[in-house]
Amino acid sequence: MIIVGEKINTSRRNIAEAVERRDHSYVAEVAREQAEAGAHYIDVNSGACLEREVECLCWLVETVQSEVDLPLCLDSPNPRALSEAMKHHRGEPMINSISLEAERFQPLLPVVTSQPCHVVALCMGETAMPATVEDRVEVGSELINRLTDAGIPLEKIYVDPLVKPVSVDTGMGIATLGAIARIMNDFPGVNTICGLSNISFGLPERRLINRSFLALCLSHGLSAVILDPSDKKLMATLLAVEMILNRDEYCDNFITAYEAGRISDG
Amino acid sequence: MDLKALIEAVNKGDITAAKAETQHAVEAGHNPQDILDKGLITAMDEVGENFSKGKIFIPQMLRSAKTMQECMKVLEPLFQEGSVTSKGKIIIGTVKGDLHDIGKNLVSMMMEGAGFTMFDLGVNASPERFVQKAQEIEPDIVAMSALLSTTMPSMRQTVEALKQAGIRGKVKVMIGGAPVTEKYAREIEADCYAPDAGSAVIKAKEILRIA
Repeated sequence: MIIVGEKINTSRRNIAEAVERRDHSYVAEVAREQAEAGAHYIDVNSGACLEREVECLCWLVETVQSEVDLPLCLDSPNPRALSEAMKHHRGEPMINSISLEAERFQPLLPVVTSQPCHVVALCMGETAMPATVEDRVEVGSELINRLTDAGIPLEKIYVDPLVKPVSVDTGMGIATLGAIARIMNDFPGVNTICGLSNISFGLPERRLINRSFLALCLSHGLSAVILDPSDKKLMATLLAVEMILNRDEYCDNFITAYEAGRISDG
Repeated sequence: MDLKALIEAVNKGDITAAKAETQHAVEAGHNPQDILDKGLITAMDEVGENFSKGKIFIPQMLRSAKTMQECMKVLEPLFQEGSVTSKGKIIIGTVKGDLHDIGKNLVSMMMEGAGFTMFDLGVNASPERFVQKAQEIEPDIVAMSALLSTTMPSMRQTVEALKQAGIRGKVKVMIGGAPVTEKYAREIEADCYAPDAGSAVIKAKEILRIA
């Protein structure tokens, strides 16, 4: 299970302010905290910087990698921001994301094929958001085929089935879960990934909903997740579920985490 | 009879009760415009305000809006052709390059619940589309939604396009969406910003100076 730490995102006010004032130590601390909590990639997003997104993203890449020795998940819909940020990135980044949207696929394809990287393929169609499992699988399959045709290995593709809130349509949970299962089944070796928080938009007790969703995603085959690794209850749920799904030999990870005080049900 | 029971049924999202109450109101002699304004729209104003204040959540808001729509089906045949009084006309769309529609749809639904007539351009709507529709139907408000920070510049371009077409002064511009801010609204000289569907209705009435 690949964990992408989500906290360094300028949609969070404290991060936006830290980026604004170029506060190296604040951002470094958030990166370090996530790394220590088990993140394999650190996501960086400077979308809220608007016209200054490119320079902010490059600054984030340098700042985070000066502090932690991890690859980053470069999170932007802007092809120029991604290609510039990649120049500053040490090692192989994850690019978050490419989709079938007209203004995204063509400009981004050369970016993701220019050098070795992992690619998040978001199931967003050319003209509309997917509604059903079938829509998602159709877009996901198309993306996988186009990317592998362009030379990207299957295991470096992470399909994001697109998570929509259950508050708006109570069928949105199973639409995502069904898509994860189908894609993992139809393309053995591919990865799937998603963030958790969209599912609970518009409802109270979001953390409870998000970690319940995490458990269900894992049981449907999700292989990578974008979350807050400093959320102890969330990480404890992850460990418990992985163990229950027979992915923790001798329950070793779970017991080790428990002994280190990281399993908190309080 | 007063319309309290109808208002309560819409607030609760009880479609059966609300339709029954609508029917009772008709039979008791209330005229359809009154039932709409003082019953349904009054209820939806409360729903919007409660949502804005965090007292109810999106599913309840949706349910109440659906309830109102069902009651409208009871009333519609009773209005003479074209005689429903609307609070105003609003063009709404998600801007060019952006396919997200959930927020836009919520706003549209609540505006309709408040008595506005909506013209929904859908997603990926270019500045030209907004201008074209505005020239066609002469709206009171042009409302734009964006969920990607990279598509927000299209809001600025649409305001420009309205100026170029000579109609900027004839409409109010309202913007919203997750990355959008009050500050951005001021920057692009929009008339206002609304953070959610409930406050969008309140702001719409404010900028048009209507109740």
